[in-house]
Amino acid sequence: MALKQALPRVTAEGSESQITPQKMPFLARLWRDAPLLVMVAPAAIVLLLFTYIPLLGSVVAWMDYVPFLGFTGSDWVGWDNFTALFSDQAFWSAVWNTLQITFLQLLLFFPVPILLAVLLNTVAVPMAKNFVQSVIYLPHFLSWVIIIALFQQVLGGAGVVNRFLITHGLTPFEVMSNPDTFKLLLTTQAIWKDAGWGTIIFLAAIAAIDPGLYESATMDGAGAWRRFWHITLPGMRPIIVLLLILRLGDSLTVGFEQILLQRDAVGPGSAEVLDTFVYYNGVVDGSWGTATAAGLIKGVVSLFLVLAANKIAHRFGEEGVYKR
Amino acid sequence: MSNPGRPVWLGKPKPVAVALKALALVLISAVVIFPFLVVVSTSLATKKQIDANGGYVLWPTQISFEAYHQIFNGTQVARSIVISVGVTVVGTAFSLFCTVLAAYGLSRRGSLFQRGLLSFVLLTLLFGPGMIPVYLMVKQLGMLDSYWSLIIPGAVSAFNIVIVRGFIQGIPKELFDAARIDGAGEWRILRSIVLPLSKAVIAVVGLFLAVGYWNNYFSPLLYLNDTQKWPLQLVMRTFVLQNNVTSTAHAIPGYVAPPAQSVQMALVAIATLPILCVYPFLTKHMSKGMLTGAVKG
Repeated sequence: MALKQALPRVTAEGSESQITPQKMPFLARLWRDAPLLVMVAPAAIVLLLFTYIPLLGSVVAWMDYVPFLGFTGSDWVGWDNFTALFSDQAFWSAVWNTLQITFLQLLLFFPVPILLAVLLNTVAVPMAKNFVQSVIYLPHFLSWVIIIALFQQVLGGAGVVNRFLITHGLTPFEVMSNPDTFKLLLTTQAIWKDAGWGTIIFLAAIAAIDPGLYESATMDGAGAWRRFWHITLPGMRPIIVLLLILRLGDSLTVGFEQILLQRDAVGPGSAEVLDTFVYYNGVVDGSWGTATAAGLIKGVVSLFLVLAANKIAHRFGEEGVYKR
Repeated sequence: MSNPGRPVWLGKPKPVAVALKALALVLISAVVIFPFLVVVSTSLATKKQIDANGGYVLWPTQISFEAYHQIFNGTQVARSIVISVGVTVVGTAFSLFCTVLAAYGLSRRGSLFQRGLLSFVLLTLLFGPGMIPVYLMVKQLGMLDSYWSLIIPGAVSAFNIVIVRGFIQGIPKELFDAARIDGAGEWRILRSIVLPLSKAVIAVVGLFLAVGYWNNYFSPLLYLNDTQKWPLQLVMRTFVLQNNVTSTAHAIPGYVAPPAQSVQMALVAIATLPILCVYPFLTKHMSKGMLTGAVKG
């Protein structure tokens, strides 16, 4: 959302400064604005140190990096890290897992907040609405460690559900450590944690729809379903498209913390995604070069995905994340 | 049945529809609340009842605070709680310091280098360095195994700066002009005008930052090798998750037997409690404040 707000403003400022040309000499401006520059300094230094310089540090992807030798002492190896990566079965398996999880979440997770928002919007009793909202927003603020502990307690081998099944003579099912259903488990956890929170933005979109539209549609004989289809849904469309684009741009990012916590339980075969691949190869195994290369590929592809998704949105006449 | 939420022209709702809707809402709320009930009940139950029930309790027949006593008397967990509180407080303060200063520093259009610096900040929204280069940077700076590694690398987010900056730009220009005519410098304006007027947005951003620091478990996993320095989330992961799941668990010094189920659940409850405390403020400001503005903007 911030992007949408901020980027057009940057371009707007350019034209504004042309209207009021700065006639002051540079040194006078420097003297006048020095306090402002000092104020920006702490944030700028943090961003420089931990965003921009590490971006340059991505050159490790073309190095046989040895921590002991450092940046200057390690050897350059050209594209070796990349070729090694592309011939690594585990890398492609991580890519495949990542895409599968993204697809599952688009299919199962993405519509849930929209439907929940529509449902909540039809609740006419303010008390009930507020109560349900406060309840379903809550899990968003809990750490993944807590969320998974809760799932463990309810669905785990010794959890509530399985105990219930066992005491009633039924076969228990193990979902917390079953590689076959792991991706569904991830999606379920994501829905439990964030679907409620996700309704906020859709509720705001619905609230912005002119109530007069509903009234005249009803007068013209439109039932609840047609009002939803012809008024509510079109009213939410820009925000749905925007969030879809953001999600598509993030295709290669899937719940890193969430998966890292459970990878050991189901094994890397079904749980290794790009981010965990980078973590285990780099930090755990010390293959700094290949891990950085994998991270770099992810970053570059993600950037192109965002740009491409925006292009498509513009084609369809939507605003997208930034304007043309 | 007339209430403010329902316009007259809609007519009377069908009883079946109302019942179905109510049922759906109750079910949704129950799905969210149920796990918390299990956790709190189990943490307060006696060992006997937990064992008899096979690992969990839905409603303790007898309240026992034994698990909480054990946690606050044991060194590892008690220390991790202190560490988490410290990192959260210092981290939030540091982040807010950087964010608010930068937001004001970038808020005046046409000031020297303003456009360039703003782009410098905003570009970080589009791409970021991977995990490894940042890790190497932290290592290079000698911050491994230091609490600063949990605070500084993620302290500045362009998103937060944009939010606070937007709010500051909404303050009437006349206030700034008047202050300037009265001879106030930028620091004075920040202190006497900007800070008092943007208390609300600073509070919300601060709360979100605090929740983030409290919940963070990956940074300590990445940067802290010394288990003595682990914050609550990481200790909880070891005690609660890796106990049940599999064990590539790091051995924790002074950790003998797996803690009882009730202790694990008490840990989860303690980690949740601070979130519950700030939660009313979060929702109050969040749902009507920042996000709604962003959508309409």
